Amino acid sequence: MTVVELTQSLNIAAPELALAVGSMVLLMIGVFAPKDSANSTVTGLAVALLIGVLGWMVFFDEQGTAFGGAFVQDAFAYFFKILTLVGSIVALVMSVGFAREEKFDRFEFPILIILATLGMMLMISATSLLSLYMALELQSLALYVIAAINRDSARSTEAGLKYFVLGALSSGMMLYGISLVYGFTGHVGFTEIAAALTGQERSVGLLFGLAFLLTGLAFKISAVPFHMWTPDVYEGAPTPVTAFFAAAPKMAAMAMLVRVVTDAFGTVTGDWQQIIIFISIASMALGAVAAIGQNNIKRLMAYSSIGHMGYALVGLAAGTVAGVQGVLVYMAIYLAMTLGTFAFILAMRRKDEGNVESINDLAGYAQNNPLQATVLTILMFSLAGIPPLAGFWGKWYVFLAAVEAGLYPLAIIGVVASVVGAFYYLRIIKIMWFDEPESKFVSAAGELRLVMGLSGIFVVGFIVFGGPIAAYAENAAKALF
Amino acid sequence: MLLTGLGAAFFYLFAFVAIASAVMVISARNPVHSVLYLILTFFNAAALFILTGAEFLGMILLVVYIGAVAVLFLFVVMMLDVDFASMKRGALDYAPIGAMVGIVLASELLIVLGAQFIGVGQPGSVASPTPDPLTRTNTAALGDIIYTDYIFFFQIAGMVLLVAMIGAIVLTLRPTRPGVKRQNMGKQVARKVEDSIDVVDVETGKGL
Amino acid sequence: MDAVVASYLPIIIFLVVCIGIAAALLIAPFLVAYRNPDPEKLSAYECGFNAFDDARMKFDVRFYLVAILFIIFDLEVAFLFPWAVSFGEMGMFGFWSMMVFLGILTIGFIYEWKKGALEWD
Repeated sequence: MTVVELTQSLNIAAPELALAVGSMVLLMIGVFAPKDSANSTVTGLAVALLIGVLGWMVFFDEQGTAFGGAFVQDAFAYFFKILTLVGSIVALVMSVGFAREEKFDRFEFPILIILATLGMMLMISATSLLSLYMALELQSLALYVIAAINRDSARSTEAGLKYFVLGALSSGMMLYGISLVYGFTGHVGFTEIAAALTGQERSVGLLFGLAFLLTGLAFKISAVPFHMWTPDVYEGAPTPVTAFFAAAPKMAAMAMLVRVVTDAFGTVTGDWQQIIIFISIASMALGAVAAIGQNNIKRLMAYSSIGHMGYALVGLAAGTVAGVQGVLVYMAIYLAMTLGTFAFILAMRRKDEGNVESINDLAGYAQNNPLQATVLTILMFSLAGIPPLAGFWGKWYVFLAAVEAGLYPLAIIGVVASVVGAFYYLRIIKIMWFDEPESKFVSAAGELRLVMGLSGIFVVGFIVFGGPIAAYAENAAKALF
Repeated sequence: MLLTGLGAAFFYLFAFVAIASAVMVISARNPVHSVLYLILTFFNAAALFILTGAEFLGMILLVVYIGAVAVLFLFVVMMLDVDFASMKRGALDYAPIGAMVGIVLASELLIVLGAQFIGVGQPGSVASPTPDPLTRTNTAALGDIIYTDYIFFFQIAGMVLLVAMIGAIVLTLRPTRPGVKRQNMGKQVARKVEDSIDVVDVETGKGL
Repeated sequence: MDAVVASYLPIIIFLVVCIGIAAALLIAPFLVAYRNPDPEKLSAYECGFNAFDDARMKFDVRFYLVAILFIIFDLEVAFLFPWAVSFGEMGMFGFWSMMVFLGILTIGFIYEWKKGALEWD
């Protein structure tokens, strides 16, 4: 690589470069700043940095491949990177009040969030198995630490340890898959792998490589049967961390999965389609059924996210532009709904008990705070997929793509699963509106109310401005085909 | 295809010792012995790497895994004050499941190897072919490309190490205990006679 | 493969000689030395008392921190070997590439130092 190539590459990867340099500058600021103000200074600057990068990505549209084909900045990458950045920013902003109350205000937390976000953005842009793996490790390592950041709480430590052990296992499987794919195609770049797969007959070894690779990726999006860690980690980690886990890493992992199967294995669609259909059906079914018995709202959201990943994968299983467009739209809507719901979970706070996490604590929310209860009700209806809210349109796009691709059984199973899954969302609504009131929550912090309001507006207003988002998603999906 | 010759003899030696010591890792009663057998396994794996011409990998295995990771394992084994004997007893209950997983993995490996013999899907052209070790050593060949062609991966590796550093400190560093007396060399050297000795005239019988 | 083995011939001979001498010294006592085994010879002796408890005790978690920081810098050094070996071929680009890498790790090192992770208490 020459200096000229490097300059061009860095120009294309400017947002990532800004995050990398910014995280190191913030680390120095945090460690040299006076101890009592370090956290607030670094958190403020971290939010500013992330918003700056987001603005840069929205206004400067520098596309192309970089670093000898290991990194690509295309419309697809832009779409998912913007979602990831939004998820990181909102989760970080929502953590401020919680961190102060629960005394885990350490300045490393925002820095680790930035480093994890950097890893996610590199994952989204990865066009070679090597850069994919390196970026994934960068992201995962930061996430393991974030999960256990409240190290004096046994549950947080347990969550970190579980996530680490299972994450390392899945990384190992993925690496085994990558080495098999490399061994049987002789390449790590996606386009070269795709070229090597056309013409020649694919071998059994390659299929094993593909299966192991998909295993690792399915773990990262917590799709069944690799979902076991999700409820425990969601429940154990501090709530703002859970909000972050439910939002940003899911975007990146889904982007990575979509890019790998359509880019590198686009010529052997039939092979990965079976696997995707299987994990999609399993995730939808488990997400619908297993959440019914949950009383902890964070565990419930974990099963809910497993189910939602299943629905999004329905679009990917179609393997068409419309299907990938459906995945993109679905993920955007999932992000808005999840962040909104977690703003409510963070607001579930009583003066004497601190933060509470049981669903029954929501009893009488409607009497105590009718406005917030209405917004939460709307979010629950949207999560359940009731028209004309955003959640319905997300499902509409993916199921339509599946039907167009001839995958009728998959679409029917999806519809049945969403009907069954609606039950537990409706149960929350019932508890809120019809159960005997419990004592009031303390009034929610301003930033939480802002997130609640924005996600409520998004969910209700999607029917109005959903068109441009879908058009943008279609444009992004076309970048892969 | 049966390997023959001196290289093959060494291959079988190292492979056999590696597997035997790996078995000992899980069957040794004393966890410290397990770690020592693990080190033996690492040694043999390093020797196998060197046999295949990957000298740099072999040496890194020696430096990093035996020099650092094995030491860490020993710390962990000693840090966790667990009654390993009773833990081991339970471990045998999982033997059937473990054996099943092992058989599945082994059969997969066989299938993969089988596919290679049938000749389907031979590896295509490789991006950077390994040069002949006689003209350019393995380490130098790696150095030729890591820092220039693969600079992207190299710098991400740096970021991963940075995250590891932050993570280790965030999770294990306790704030310093109050009231710990430290040595301050600057202060010691700057000490003068006037600051440290007070000459006091004490009258007889009065005391201070 | 045989070529590789041939190039390591001196060290193999060295190892064989070492193992031979060590084995001879280990086996010789079994054959020639006077033996009188007694369980008391192997039992723990603590000023005439029986041992109070197990000699194995918990290590401080700080050992772990030191060990893991050592591993990280060990890995960093591992990257320096190929760099040094092919330094002549790569030119200034490779030099600055490594400097940036070391810069990232130096940031981590400054962080470590300021946090007091390198101090014992």
